[in-house]
Amino acid sequence: MTQPILALRGVNKSFGAVQVLHDVDFTVRAGEVTALVGDNGAGKSTLVKCVAGIHPVDRGEIFFDGEPVHITSPTDAAKLGIEVVYQDLALADNLDIVQNMFLGRERGNPWMLDEAEMEQAARRTLASLSVRTVTSVRMPVSALSGGQRQTVAIAKAVLWDSKVIMLDEPTAALGVAQTRQVLDLVRRLAEQGLGVVLISHNMADVFEVSDRIATLYLGRMVADVATKDVTHSQVVELITAGRSGELGLARPEAVTI
Amino acid sequence: MAELKQPVTEKPLPEGSAEKASPASLRAEDFGIDTTARTTREAVRDYVRNLRNGELGALPALAGLLVLFVLFWILDTFLPQGSGGTFISLGNLANLLQQGAGPTIIAMGLVFVLLTGEIDLAAGTASGVTAAVMALHFVRDGNLLGSLGWPVFILFALVVVVAIVLALVVRIWVAAVFCAIALVLLLIGFPPNAWLEMLFAITVGVVLGTISGFLVAELGMPSFVATLALFIAWQGVLLQFIGEGGTLGLRDPVIFAVANGNLSTLGSWLLFVVAAGGYAFVLLNRQRSRRRLGLVAQPTGLVLAKVTAVVVLGAIATALLTVNRSPGAIEISGVPYVVPIVLALLVVGTYVLDRTKFGRHVYAVGGNREAARRAGIDVVRIRAAVFMISTAMAAIGAIVYSSKVGSVSPTAGGGNTLLFAVGAAVIGGTSLFGGRGRISNAVIGGAVLATVQNGLGLLKQPSAVVFIVTGLVLLLAAAVDVASRRRSATATR
Ligand SMILES: Nc1ncnc2c1ncn2[C@@H]1O[C@H](COP(=O)(O)OP(=O)(O)O)[C@@H](O)[C@H]1O
Ligand SMILES: [Mg+2]
Repeated sequence: MTQPILALRGVNKSFGAVQVLHDVDFTVRAGEVTALVGDNGAGKSTLVKCVAGIHPVDRGEIFFDGEPVHITSPTDAAKLGIEVVYQDLALADNLDIVQNMFLGRERGNPWMLDEAEMEQAARRTLASLSVRTVTSVRMPVSALSGGQRQTVAIAKAVLWDSKVIMLDEPTAALGVAQTRQVLDLVRRLAEQGLGVVLISHNMADVFEVSDRIATLYLGRMVADVATKDVTHSQVVELITAGRSGELGLARPEAVTI
Repeated sequence: MAELKQPVTEKPLPEGSAEKASPASLRAEDFGIDTTARTTREAVRDYVRNLRNGELGALPALAGLLVLFVLFWILDTFLPQGSGGTFISLGNLANLLQQGAGPTIIAMGLVFVLLTGEIDLAAGTASGVTAAVMALHFVRDGNLLGSLGWPVFILFALVVVVAIVLALVVRIWVAAVFCAIALVLLLIGFPPNAWLEMLFAITVGVVLGTISGFLVAELGMPSFVATLALFIAWQGVLLQFIGEGGTLGLRDPVIFAVANGNLSTLGSWLLFVVAAGGYAFVLLNRQRSRRRLGLVAQPTGLVLAKVTAVVVLGAIATALLTVNRSPGAIEISGVPYVVPIVLALLVVGTYVLDRTKFGRHVYAVGGNREAARRAGIDVVRIRAAVFMISTAMAAIGAIVYSSKVGSVSPTAGGGNTLLFAVGAAVIGGTSLFGGRGRISNAVIGGAVLATVQNGLGLLKQPSAVVFIVTGLVLLLAAAVDVASRRRSATATR
């Protein structure tokens, strides 16, 4: 088993009085796809945002490459090489595709952006994701369809020389062919040695691409198992009830929110 | 959830078929469409489609300006109460530029704030305060302490010190430097000097803008409330500085010349060469390099048409403005100084918004603040900075309008000044919803408002009519904005 590139230990997170994450342990290994599953509201997006530096964690530690790190801002996460495709995409509608892809990390001098360089790099990345029907990389994002936006958001994450990529329901708005491409991409990224986290509700997708499956149930990590050791129905049980046979919580009925 | 579906794929793929299923390189041409040179016809078609989709930009305002011009020309020439053609006279056109410049500059600064989706209601009276400080300093021989009195002077100095601290808190060093210059100028009591007075006004503008920026960006107050409060407070400061019913005359040749002086004939043509030549050079150069690198580019024909239009119109305007326009014995000719002033601010502002990191981030904050934050942009800093820019620009506008009038009174920058500036930005195509707009919008919108007021004035219409018509023009602009937003919303999804 390889050394984890990213590891969370005992992470807690509350929003006001509501505790969303309870002592969560989570491990991402380089070269593997780790699926993060759980029902709506289980805390998957919150977990991702904690790692991305959007929400500070209340308690717990984050290790990157074995070293404890403090991620207090999105810039910290980006510097470590952590890229995130957010569930809500986080694109600025009024900016064009190139501008969105490089937002916050524009190339060139702050007083003279290198538009040519950015446009070419953006086009290369988009072409590698085979985005169809978009006629121009200079189109404002407001003019794109849901699937096209999703692809732009993914391209934005892939553009950087990163070590960990976390995708929060990246295929939710995609059609069949595009979903196929994203799943292939996910596999390809892992094969290139990146640690990939895939959040998805589609069990078939999860089983097809993931090496491990981590299940959140009401903010608790109830199972972190190798994909080949579990069946579809076991994972579904873990998601909905927090336990499945020997796996998961010992006594789910004792859990209170 | 128990029922698990196999994904429907185009063709069944064996497990772990990553490399087989990557059609990546084959589809590069999907993005090739925009690299190939579009013909002018295709470009025109795309342009029409953009218009249909609601990407109107400055077009309605430009069309409106043209219509207004022709309308006033005809009405003024043929209506009995008209002035028989004064509207289109050279003297009036120059006057129009000089009258419109002050409010237009305030509007240009406001665009920065509007782009972030905020409003700066305080910019108007803040500009009045900067004008008052300048005039007071000038009229009282640099003795602000004597003219304000100890308590007010010390309070004012304290406000400036606080602004330095606030600028440091929001990490905008340039603003801190400007505030420090304001403090130095305030304390040293330099003898009256037109250039230093103007610098003083601008630095005081940064001081006042820093306060707005801090309240909105760092403390998170809604900009409407924070700047409404400051709007009222600055009005009080202005009254305190000048005194009720007081007026401070600005009888200095340099300050007077800002809005009333003209370039020499040679200077006018030099301006034309620099401005039109620079415009042509930048556009053509960019076109050439984008073509060469295979980037998205407009059709060369369209670029040439734009350049030609600007050069020809610029030459005509320069030629007309270098003709003697005085009915009396003393010759008045040359392009008014306000033209290079507004042009310089337009060029710098446009450059900052289009080509710098800061400008890009201003748009991002206005388009999706959360996305900007997630992209690692220091949103607080950007939001604070736009208020500083807005108020500093308002100070420049104040210098121009005070110069035009030749004095500063407690009404300077008050009343409708600010709302007209907002109106100018909106009429030009800046969206109040944030994220959409350009500096040039403010210039076009400012020209529309100035034309309406000037034209109706020549038709001897009472203020009542002027206000109503101005309101209707603004309403029309807002309607166009809403309609275009609705179009672009439905056209996309
Ligand atoms: N910014 C926030 N403020 C308050 N509550 C939040 C916030 N973000 C998420 N939550 C709450 O945290 C819980 C987990 O949400 P989320 O992480 O989005 O779940 P998931 O992505 O697994 O569907 C939900 O109950 C949600 O209401
Ligand atoms: Mg979620």
